[in-house]
Amino acid sequence: MKPRMMMVLCAVMCGALIAACERETRRYKELPAAANRETGVRVSQLEPGMPQQRADVKSPYQENAWGISEGKRLYAAYNCAPCHGVNGGGAIGPALIDDMWIYGAKADQIYATISQGRPDGMPSFGGHIPTQQIWQLVAYVQSMAGEVRATTAAGRNDAQMGAVPESRQPAQTPIQTGHR
Amino acid sequence: MTPHIQSIIHPAGIEAARISHLWWVMFGICAFVWFAVAAATLIAIRRGRHAASAATDRQASFAVASAGVVSVIALVALLTQSVVTGRALDSIRTPDALRIQVTGNQWWWDVQYENPTPSLRVTTANEIHLPIGRPVAIDLLSNDVIHSFWIPSLQGKIDLIPGRLNEIWLQADKPGVYRGQCAEYCGAQHAKMAMVVVAEPPDDFERWLAANRASAPVPVTPEQERGKQVVERGPCAMCHTITGTLAGGHSAPDLTHIASRSSLAAGSLPNSPGYLAGWITDPQHIKPGNHMPPTGLNADELQAVLTYLETLK
Repeated sequence: MKPRMMMVLCAVMCGALIAACERETRRYKELPAAANRETGVRVSQLEPGMPQQRADVKSPYQENAWGISEGKRLYAAYNCAPCHGVNGGGAIGPALIDDMWIYGAKADQIYATISQGRPDGMPSFGGHIPTQQIWQLVAYVQSMAGEVRATTAAGRNDAQMGAVPESRQPAQTPIQTGHR
Repeated sequence: MTPHIQSIIHPAGIEAARISHLWWVMFGICAFVWFAVAAATLIAIRRGRHAASAATDRQASFAVASAGVVSVIALVALLTQSVVTGRALDSIRTPDALRIQVTGNQWWWDVQYENPTPSLRVTTANEIHLPIGRPVAIDLLSNDVIHSFWIPSLQGKIDLIPGRLNEIWLQADKPGVYRGQCAEYCGAQHAKMAMVVVAEPPDDFERWLAANRASAPVPVTPEQERGKQVVERGPCAMCHTITGTLAGGHSAPDLTHIASRSSLAAGSLPNSPGYLAGWITDPQHIKPGNHMPPTGLNADELQAVLTYLETLK
């Protein structure tokens, strides 16, 4: 191999290594700057005049494997499973692995759903769960619907696996169904 | 925090005494072998090289054969001693033993004193009280990864394996405070996963058990009442249980009698209001990666919570 080729290859590999950093970072304490943003979520789709542009807010943990696995642990710890199903298949609460979203599939909408609650059953967890953990749950909920990269989503369960792992969940186009 | 005893050569129970005895036997035999080999090497160096002859060949063959025989005898002796000790470690099973269930978590120990009547069960964390002179059966489970239960002063180690029930028997004979430690690498804070074991006379133990059966004391002052409300309405209640209040989470240590325990954060900190305040404010500084998030309580709330928790004797 020519030295020049060699150098290019090295540069590409170093780039790939650096790209993996975000996936592996564990921010135990400080909240990433993005998480402190106002979510600007709107409960109504009606707006006077021209609809305002909405910032595309992402969960700060969307590209972070540790954050998503923490979300998965919290999903069990905070009793999400009894209503939404152990693997998100749904029970008395709506399923989370399908493409139907009553209150929106965007990260800030999911954040608002967890933090503020929704009519007819979803409790509001704001003030009970720290912001950081809500964002971890948001990333995990998105991973259940195949909306994070397969290389970041969880590939296996510690306990017995009841469904396809999140990393093999096919990507879906979210459908906004609205409330009943 | 006074340093607790954690040593296999200072046994405090019959099982640990057997292990300690085995350790000294192995140490003695191995030390003897080491000195014999060292002495033989020194003698060989001093004597230097000799011309080979039929007589020296015979001498060499004899030396090798006798060393081989001595090695086999020593190894068989060690094996016998080890098997005998291993079998003896299981000899204190009795039907009327005290039964405790210990569940390993990243990175703390959940401890439950079993009782057929659910209301008489006692749940605590990171601290085990034992009556001296009575066999104790410990059922071991894990909620996440493999941990290992080890109180060197009382017994050998045994793993806690997710999805599997293990059992270990031990008996404390000397009153004292011993330290136990997780002995299987279990993640970031494995080193700070310790427990305090208090071996005490049966009367003291029964008194402790009765005190821990009770629900949390009712707050008396307005400040304590406010602390209780912060615990119930804030983030604490999502994970912790305080019996007799609305706090009923099950993914973190039971706090019903936290003020009666001697350590915080699984043997990482002494239990005092200052350390408790530090732990509640910034647990990730003390044990990075542990599952307690920074709670974000403001100064007033923190003070009230501390005042309340200090009453949970």
